[in-house]
Amino acid sequence: MITSTAWIIITAILVATSCALVGTFLVLRKMSLMGDAIAHAVLPGIVIAFLLTASRNTFPMLIGAGLFGLLTVWLTEELSKKGRIFHDASMGIVFTTLFAIGVIMISLFAANVDIDQECVLYGEIAYVPWDLWVWRGTNMGPRPVWILGLVLVINVSFITLMYKELKTYSFSPQLAATLGLPVGLIHYGLMGTVSFTTIASFESVGAILVVALLIVPPATAYLLTDRLHRLLLLAVFFGITSAVGGYYMALWINSSIAGAIAVVNGLQFALVFLLAPKYGLLGKKLAGRRIRKSGPEMISHPEPNDVRKSLS
Amino acid sequence: MNEIEQTRNPTGNSSNPPLEVHDLTVAYDQKPVLWDIDFELPEGSLTAIIGPNGAGKSTLVKAAMGLIPASSGYTLIYGKPLDKQRHRVAYVPQRESVDWNFPISVMDVVLMGRYPHLRLFQRPGRDDRDVALAALKEMGMEPYHKRQISQLSGGQQQRVFLARALAQDASIYLMDEPLAGVDAATEDVIFQKLKELRDGGKTVVVVHHDLQSVPDNFDRAMLLNLRMIACGPVSEIFTDENLQKTYGGRLNILSQMIEESRQQRFVRESES
Ligand SMILES: Nc1ncnc2c1ncn2[C@@H]1O[C@H](COP(=O)(O)OP(=O)(O)OP(=O)(O)O)[C@@H](O)[C@H]1O
Ligand SMILES: [Mg+2]
Repeated sequence: MITSTAWIIITAILVATSCALVGTFLVLRKMSLMGDAIAHAVLPGIVIAFLLTASRNTFPMLIGAGLFGLLTVWLTEELSKKGRIFHDASMGIVFTTLFAIGVIMISLFAANVDIDQECVLYGEIAYVPWDLWVWRGTNMGPRPVWILGLVLVINVSFITLMYKELKTYSFSPQLAATLGLPVGLIHYGLMGTVSFTTIASFESVGAILVVALLIVPPATAYLLTDRLHRLLLLAVFFGITSAVGGYYMALWINSSIAGAIAVVNGLQFALVFLLAPKYGLLGKKLAGRRIRKSGPEMISHPEPNDVRKSLS
Repeated sequence: MNEIEQTRNPTGNSSNPPLEVHDLTVAYDQKPVLWDIDFELPEGSLTAIIGPNGAGKSTLVKAAMGLIPASSGYTLIYGKPLDKQRHRVAYVPQRESVDWNFPISVMDVVLMGRYPHLRLFQRPGRDDRDVALAALKEMGMEPYHKRQISQLSGGQQQRVFLARALAQDASIYLMDEPLAGVDAATEDVIFQKLKELRDGGKTVVVVHHDLQSVPDNFDRAMLLNLRMIACGPVSEIFTDENLQKTYGGRLNILSQMIEESRQQRFVRESES
């Protein structure tokens, strides 16, 4: 049998991998905080699903949350396109309003709503092994592992199938449009995967850790490479190592697992920020010193100054 | 519909013109900046769009590409609506709206020109890489193919995006000031390439500011200033009168410039 420790680590790895993959594109699109916005804005969706089904069943909640996630993205786009509002301001307006509506709904129907706000913010990954999915009398293992596994499969398929489209679109939406690529499909596909990743993850790890895992591993990896595919792989690597490292750190100092994972994320970033060979502080300093010592011939310049030469 | 197209097409062959724009009016924030633009361009032509700053040249190209909403008007590519024909048009904007710090190499940017030739989900292959590399070579940028694109000079970046357009192997090329910021040697190479494209039966449209180089390098011109002042073969429409209408009071400088360039050409021709 798989131990509860193993289930917790598997859950953390699934969350970290999914988040690193879609988070990379969010960071590149300069929409890092979209995950944060979605994590908050889905609250009314969760409350509505809860009121309609009168249960804490996950699937209706996922659907309600997913719809509100896409609504957030869509409203944000429309506001900034049609009105005189910057994209980030528009996102701020939409998600705070939706979140507030959710808060009011909870206080209005407080008697019927059993949603632990602490749990939404911080999650409780430690309880994952006991949140079992029993299907036709058989114990299938922890339910979050199934949901997160499904989300990961969706993310990996989406990114491998649409790789060139996603790459072009993140590089320049205008270029993607002029090349005739399906920009609507790419944009809403990406935002859909962000929504589901965020929602499926924050149930186990909480809204704050989701945001950390969406942004910090890709941002760390971005300091180390100039190629998109390596960026994705490195982001996944940092995500997974922080998940495993964070779990053992939490055991060691006896703290919250989600908190420890986020701290390891931050430490990884700080280390790379200082030591990265090309874009880190130390790397830049060393490169500057090397050039000053050796003079201009150090700088390699494959310069065909006269392009006509290369033609003949 | 098809019959009408054919009678309108004086060359007599049954195919539609590669690029037609009809009845195009564009407004930004309710203020119209382009009025009732109407033109057709033949296959194998090299056209300069000319007009002062703010004349609406970029707006015309963008609206023709469907990148900004038009109040009225439509574009046909070989007689068909633009939407399904985008891949046949290569567009190089005046200022690239790209993320320069994106983790991408010069080669990858040029490869994007191949994407319209690939199906959804399909990856670029060996052939596509060869085409991209050849395009880079033509723009003299092959030695840089591994660089991240922010690590290039402005003129080099411009050359990379021209290489991207070449790699697209389109039927129609719309280029918004492709010569801005490139050195004289590169300018010659680019003009050479544009003529090669034209001679290969492509339809090339270039927004261009240097009036002196128009008669030598282009066979058609569009004079634009919010309205279409004139559109046709350079020899017919590149007149003082039309330029006066396009540029207003600055005519004197212009006619001087053109006179000068005529003399220069005369000297060059008599020397050789
Ligand atoms: N996004 C915009 N919003 C509002 N007005 C705009 C916008 N873009 C352009 N304009 C206005 O539309 C007119 C045409 O602009 P356009 O960029 O097409 O000129 P252009 O002929 O390309 O000029 P240039 O030679 O400087 O490139 C200008 O008066 C400009 O001020
Ligand atoms: Mg312009």
